[in-house]
Amino acid sequence: MSILLEAQGVSKAFGRLVAVDTLDYTIEDNSINSIIGPNGAGKTTFFNVVTGYYKPTTGKVVFNQRNISGSRPNQLTRIGIARTFQTIRLFNNLTARENVLIGMHHRLKSGVFGDIFRPPAVRREEAKAYEEAGQLLDYVGLKGYEEHAAKSLPYGHQRRLEIARALATQPKLLLLDEPTAGMNPNETQDMILFIRKLRDERNLSILLIEHDMKVVMTISDKVTVLDYGKKISEGQPAEVQKDERVIEAYLGRRALEMLKK
Amino acid sequence: MRDILAQPRSMFSGRLRWVLIAIIVVIAPFAMKELELLTNFGLITQVNRALIFVALAQGLNIVVGLAGLLDLGYAAFFAIGAYTFGLLTWPSHDIEMSFFLAIWICALVAAVFGIIIGAPTLRLRGDYLAIVTLAFGEIIPALVRNLGDFTLTFRGRVLIEDYNLTNGSQGLTPLGRPDFSFLENLFGLDKGAFNVGVDPTFWYFAIVITSMIVLFSAIRLNNSRLGRAWKAIREDETAADFMGVDPIRTKLAAFAIGASFSGLAGAVYASMLGAIFPELFKFQVSIFLLIIVVLSGRGSIWGVLIGGIIIATFDGVFLAQVLPDIFNGELLPEYDVQSLRWVFFGIGLIVIMIFRPQGLFPPKSIETKIVPPTTESAEGAPNS
Ligand SMILES: Nc1ncnc2c1ncn2[C@@H]1O[C@H](COP(=O)(O)OP(=O)(O)O)[C@@H](O)[C@H]1O
Ligand SMILES: [Mg+2]
Repeated sequence: MSILLEAQGVSKAFGRLVAVDTLDYTIEDNSINSIIGPNGAGKTTFFNVVTGYYKPTTGKVVFNQRNISGSRPNQLTRIGIARTFQTIRLFNNLTARENVLIGMHHRLKSGVFGDIFRPPAVRREEAKAYEEAGQLLDYVGLKGYEEHAAKSLPYGHQRRLEIARALATQPKLLLLDEPTAGMNPNETQDMILFIRKLRDERNLSILLIEHDMKVVMTISDKVTVLDYGKKISEGQPAEVQKDERVIEAYLGRRALEMLKK
Repeated sequence: MRDILAQPRSMFSGRLRWVLIAIIVVIAPFAMKELELLTNFGLITQVNRALIFVALAQGLNIVVGLAGLLDLGYAAFFAIGAYTFGLLTWPSHDIEMSFFLAIWICALVAAVFGIIIGAPTLRLRGDYLAIVTLAFGEIIPALVRNLGDFTLTFRGRVLIEDYNLTNGSQGLTPLGRPDFSFLENLFGLDKGAFNVGVDPTFWYFAIVITSMIVLFSAIRLNNSRLGRAWKAIREDETAADFMGVDPIRTKLAAFAIGASFSGLAGAVYASMLGAIFPELFKFQVSIFLLIIVVLSGRGSIWGVLIGGIIIATFDGVFLAQVLPDIFNGELLPEYDVQSLRWVFFGIGLIVIMIFRPQGLFPPKSIETKIVPPTTESAEGAPNS
């Protein structure tokens, strides 16, 4: 297996607060990787570094043998990094289909004059994109909602739409920030199956931030635990589960001592 | 609830609708001529002006309504279009370019200015952009006023001396008009048979064609790759960036295309008037256009078309002519009723903002959906 993404000594500081602290991290092709850790551990900030929203204060990120630190988010989308958000950020007044079409934006070729005069090539491109968007919506289980405004969809559907929009960019690496947040156990179970399906059918790697331990332990090839921006444990789910430092980070030292007694 | 106002197009269907509209558009100037004789109020020239404002408002609607950028100095591009036309056709400059070529150059020059202004400012968000564009809207007329006599020196050498580019506050006149003399030869008619001059009926059709070009472009763009990107930027710039839309390029395109509409309309307007002055492009023009877009419905191309015609005609006929005629007779002989113009629009804006904040004819997708409370703003870091 080859390495898709490698973060080398990445830090991101906000003033004196070091949200991500000299983190080394690798993602292999076709893998599901989870990052867990208490609130404020720096998980989302790490996402924001990987996706180009923040330039790392130190260190660098290499994606497909390319140094991407300092690239803008839209440039990284073009080379295969896509994401969803912890709090949903859809284009509210656009339809579900239009949201997905935005994900395809960088793959479509039409320019200003093509948009105005619509030569046959542009018509074909638009028709194809339109159809592909429909297929993607179907794939995430939103068939029938194509022409609904994003904001009018129920919460769970909005989460799926965010994933469809991210998939439309044709990512090699898909970052999901707490995709099961606010979901009931049934919906969560569906999401687990769906994330697996994505990895298997779409030939991509997934980086997942997740609080639900059941999700993390079921689907991850690798689990990484962050605390105060530092990696405190990493490995296969079973290994990490047993790691004392993890229990300590989550429950505190006293809980650990109590457990030991 | 179905809203009749939001669907002004659903009254007739298909081809019949277009045939009816075409008939109305063609008959209108002749009907207005009759009305003018009956009522003694200028009508066609006001409708012509209204249609120019519609073309301008379509450009502003791309910037404000589709891309969500607040531009308070949009009249600057109107001025640039008109003055470029002036420079290219004012006899003293010895260029006297053909109308049919000059108008496209004007659109292009305005677009280039859109990029020049946009490139440094479109990194700014919200209020900052509004302030910079406001300043730009003031600078252009001031520049025009001062370029009536300028001297350019470079390291002590005089490059240009006392050059009269814009004729200062006296303005440029006369200006080029469309030349149809080739038709005279073609049909073997007398010289001057196709001399259009200031004939309002001719200009009505010229402006209808201009507005149709602008309208066609706006409709096509609205439903295209670029149009979607504009709306995505309007909805959530950061999320759009993450989905592969380059915010700066996309906003620049909105600025440039919006400006080009304005440049084209400015050129035609200049040619129609035959004379232009810096005062024609004051701040009030930017505000008036913004009022048209907001009252009609931001982002709604048909809305801005219909709303623009109504508002600008109301302004030019009712507020500027009928009202003074009623009041200045015996009621208030001294009072300048026209000064109430802005009071009218101010009240109109307040009423609309309270009862129908999306405007009179909003775009469909916004109109028909229920808005759940959103907890998040479109700005800022994507983790909050
Ligand atoms: N834009 C920001 N400015 C200042 N501090 C921030 C910013 N974003 C995150 N932080 C801080 O960085 C830390 C890590 O935050 P975050 O990455 O959101 O944590 P997590 O996603 O693991 O819950 C927190 O202490 C948070 O307050
Ligand atoms: Mg987070």
